[in-house]
Amino acid sequence: MKETPLIFEISKPGRKGYSLPECDVPKQDLSQIIGKDLLRTTPPNLPEVSELDAVRHYTKLSTRNHGVDSGFYPLGSCTMKYNPKMNEVVAGLDGFSKLHPYQNENSTQGALELMYSLSEMLAEITGMDQVSLQPSAGAHGELAGLMIIKAYHNNRNDFKRTKIIVPDSAHGTNPASSAVAGFQTIEVKSDANGEVDIECLKEIMNEEVAGLMLTNPNTLGLFEKNILEIAEIVHEKGGLLYYDGANLNAVMGIARPGDMGFDVVHLNLHKTFSTPHGGGGPGSGPVGVKEFLAPFLPVPVITKKDQDYHLDYDRPLSIGKIKAFYGNFGVMVKAYAYILSMGAEGLKNVSETAVLNANYIAAKLKDVYHLPYKRLCMHECVLSGVRQMKLGVSTLDIAKRLLDFGYHPPTVYFPLIVSEALMVEPTECESLETLDEFIEAMRTIAREAETDPEMVKGAPYTTVVSRLDEALAARKPVLRWKKDSEND
Amino acid sequence: MTRYMGITDSDRKHMLKEVGVKTMKDLFADVSDKVYLARKLNIPPALSEMEVIKKLKSMAEKNSDLDHYTCFLGAGAYDHFIPAAIGQLLSRQEFYTAYTPYQPEISQGTLQAIFEYQSMICELTGMDVSNASLYDGATALTEAAMMAVATSKRSEILISENVHPESRQVLKTYAKFRNFTVKEVSSIDGQIDPNDLRNKINDDTAAFLMQSPNFFGIIEDIVSASEITHNNKSLLIVSADPISMALLKSPGELGADIVVGEGQGLGNPISYGGPYLGFFATKEKWMRKVPGRIVGQTVDKEGRRGFVLTLQTREQHIRREKATSNICSNQGLNALAAAMYMTLLGKEGLREVAELSAQKAHYTYEQLLKTGKFTQVFDKPFFKEFAVKSEKEISELNSRLLEEKIIGGYALENDYPSLKGGWLISVTEKRTKDEIDYFVRKVVE
Repeated sequence: MKETPLIFEISKPGRKGYSLPECDVPKQDLSQIIGKDLLRTTPPNLPEVSELDAVRHYTKLSTRNHGVDSGFYPLGSCTMKYNPKMNEVVAGLDGFSKLHPYQNENSTQGALELMYSLSEMLAEITGMDQVSLQPSAGAHGELAGLMIIKAYHNNRNDFKRTKIIVPDSAHGTNPASSAVAGFQTIEVKSDANGEVDIECLKEIMNEEVAGLMLTNPNTLGLFEKNILEIAEIVHEKGGLLYYDGANLNAVMGIARPGDMGFDVVHLNLHKTFSTPHGGGGPGSGPVGVKEFLAPFLPVPVITKKDQDYHLDYDRPLSIGKIKAFYGNFGVMVKAYAYILSMGAEGLKNVSETAVLNANYIAAKLKDVYHLPYKRLCMHECVLSGVRQMKLGVSTLDIAKRLLDFGYHPPTVYFPLIVSEALMVEPTECESLETLDEFIEAMRTIAREAETDPEMVKGAPYTTVVSRLDEALAARKPVLRWKKDSEND
Repeated sequence: MTRYMGITDSDRKHMLKEVGVKTMKDLFADVSDKVYLARKLNIPPALSEMEVIKKLKSMAEKNSDLDHYTCFLGAGAYDHFIPAAIGQLLSRQEFYTAYTPYQPEISQGTLQAIFEYQSMICELTGMDVSNASLYDGATALTEAAMMAVATSKRSEILISENVHPESRQVLKTYAKFRNFTVKEVSSIDGQIDPNDLRNKINDDTAAFLMQSPNFFGIIEDIVSASEITHNNKSLLIVSADPISMALLKSPGELGADIVVGEGQGLGNPISYGGPYLGFFATKEKWMRKVPGRIVGQTVDKEGRRGFVLTLQTREQHIRREKATSNICSNQGLNALAAAMYMTLLGKEGLREVAELSAQKAHYTYEQLLKTGKFTQVFDKPFFKEFAVKSEKEISELNSRLLEEKIIGGYALENDYPSLKGGWLISVTEKRTKDEIDYFVRKVVE
């Protein structure tokens, strides 16, 4: 397929894609009122195109993308569920999308009510007492949660707790967030069942540990059966338990982090609560806490007094602000609409079906792909391409070959503790027919790996570009377009 | 089953059998009775589509939105016009329902759009390298400070008190946990006091952070700040209004090492404070230190041009415990909106938006002073936002204006006790002369 020209390459001096009103106030000389020295003399080289040029350009670019509406997107750990259209409509209502964050509280009561009500619902779903909607994304929620843990210990004059325990199977952001919150990370090993190794945990848990970060179900898609014992070990030594909500889609209405012993959670509204991923964002990563940690939540906290909602900044123990204003409000509206549409039973049904779909895929593929943990999984299953690797076909090759079948591949090479990992998260949304077609594609690729490995290694064949030279991109970085002075 | 799912009762039976269990509950055998939730969640029962829409409309109608109210409020979030084409294009599912472009072969649309966004941000800021965007302006400034601390091995940040109060708060939150100190540099007549900067800067200063136009709308002297900062081998980090850079000399041209800012004004709805995007651009020599995602150009096996995420380890492998940033996403759709906005407005249009805003702001300023009810706070050049001092209480003034369907300015005394009665007014290209005149009339009534 042909390359798509850069917008700069179709630009032509004199074309324009905008219309603005005439200046209706008496015009003054800007070099006088602002100052000549301050004015820009060389304009930025932005494109010059007509509106149609721009529309065609971005439409063309969109056809070079794969979205959830394009087809199955079983990307493990990312919960690529369907993004309901209704949610986009309600988030776009003028009364939500055209509000200034500094308007008087009495002119934004509807927005504050929505945020208050959404945080109450999220608290109920997670078994927490209070939720802040301020963090912008999952990693941002992790950071807020870890800051809360540190603030709690510091407030008790307990300054020796400098470490956070993170499992070897954890999301990479866990240790990174821990570092940014000023902690040192120590790793707890996984046992033969793919769960936290209790003996190892007992050994490393001491009074220098501020807390343990855990995903449950964990990143292998397995439920930590010993979660209550884990909580006890950590709490006994004065540590707190942090729940990474990346995998909450498995347990809504079935088990609540708060009841498992967790003290802090973060959620991903863009995973569990159906808000779109937007090609990399915006997300929203609310953080929930048990009552004793509520004083440390970021400011402002939304409070309700009689029938009125307020932004409360007067919270002396708060960690402070972690972003401007109140969070990604537009994303919250969509999540709120989703929860209203699902109701309590719908949410439970979501998790049950997500788990059923993942187990079905595992059951139908385990004879051709290695299944490292032979037990029931939760909302995602982790397979391994080690058998295919013996034939010279890597997990990356399998992923690329899946593109030719019209699928977005599963997450690959994660978790790090499974070699040639293929992490499949089908979500609750997909039909049996879709799952069967995907299973058939995976089986076909396994056969191809045996009969024609070279062909698989050359995949993909049907995409707009073939495999890209990532090493070249990193070695000789070209990170922007530049006007070619020779041609001008 | 809800309308968003495709598994029927008979499918379920078949699937349970294939899995080898009898009931749905059996799938959760690993969840012990002690942990299994024995009751139903206390969440209201499901509503139909029309009921949800009705409920949310009634909540939305309780708010006073900027289509029905005339906005003179800015202070970091701006009521600029958004061309219709942007909303239409953003609603293409291929853009908004996609994940992060980890599989470049089927994500060339997102990747190329980000590459173009990066190029436009570089043009605007006068920098060499831009990332794919960060959460917002406040976190972008904070990430820049953390990058300066990490690369310089110094542990103090100086920040002008004229920087947006929320950005300063976010910086201080991160600093508390990351163990670097933050000191504020005072100002004279609404601009950075160069003597205070000279006095405070020292061997341990990693960077000086400033904003121009600053929180009061005043254009700062970047050149003098650059000289003082660079003489001390510290980095100069400038936060800027992206629209202003089409009219004013870019911070890059004036000596900034890192330019960041709140990108909302570039085609993103004001949306009660988010989602927005923070832009981040710097010089080539710090290319490999930049937080967040970056897209780079490369070739495929046939030699065709293509784009990939580069220089960064990917999400699950993010530098783990050695990380200096934990950012692993960007504000993809917001950055796309910004790129579309810069494309449509283009070289000329963005400057026109900036000029119209500046003209109208200056007109409003003069009209307010003419009433005799307001006095000058500062005597310095400003862009689209300015401060005046009111005789009346600001909260009273704003409440009265709200009755006239006008959203008034920001009360500066919230953050600057010495500026009691200070009222920060923002005027964009959207305000007409009639609206401005009406506002000025109502203010003095």
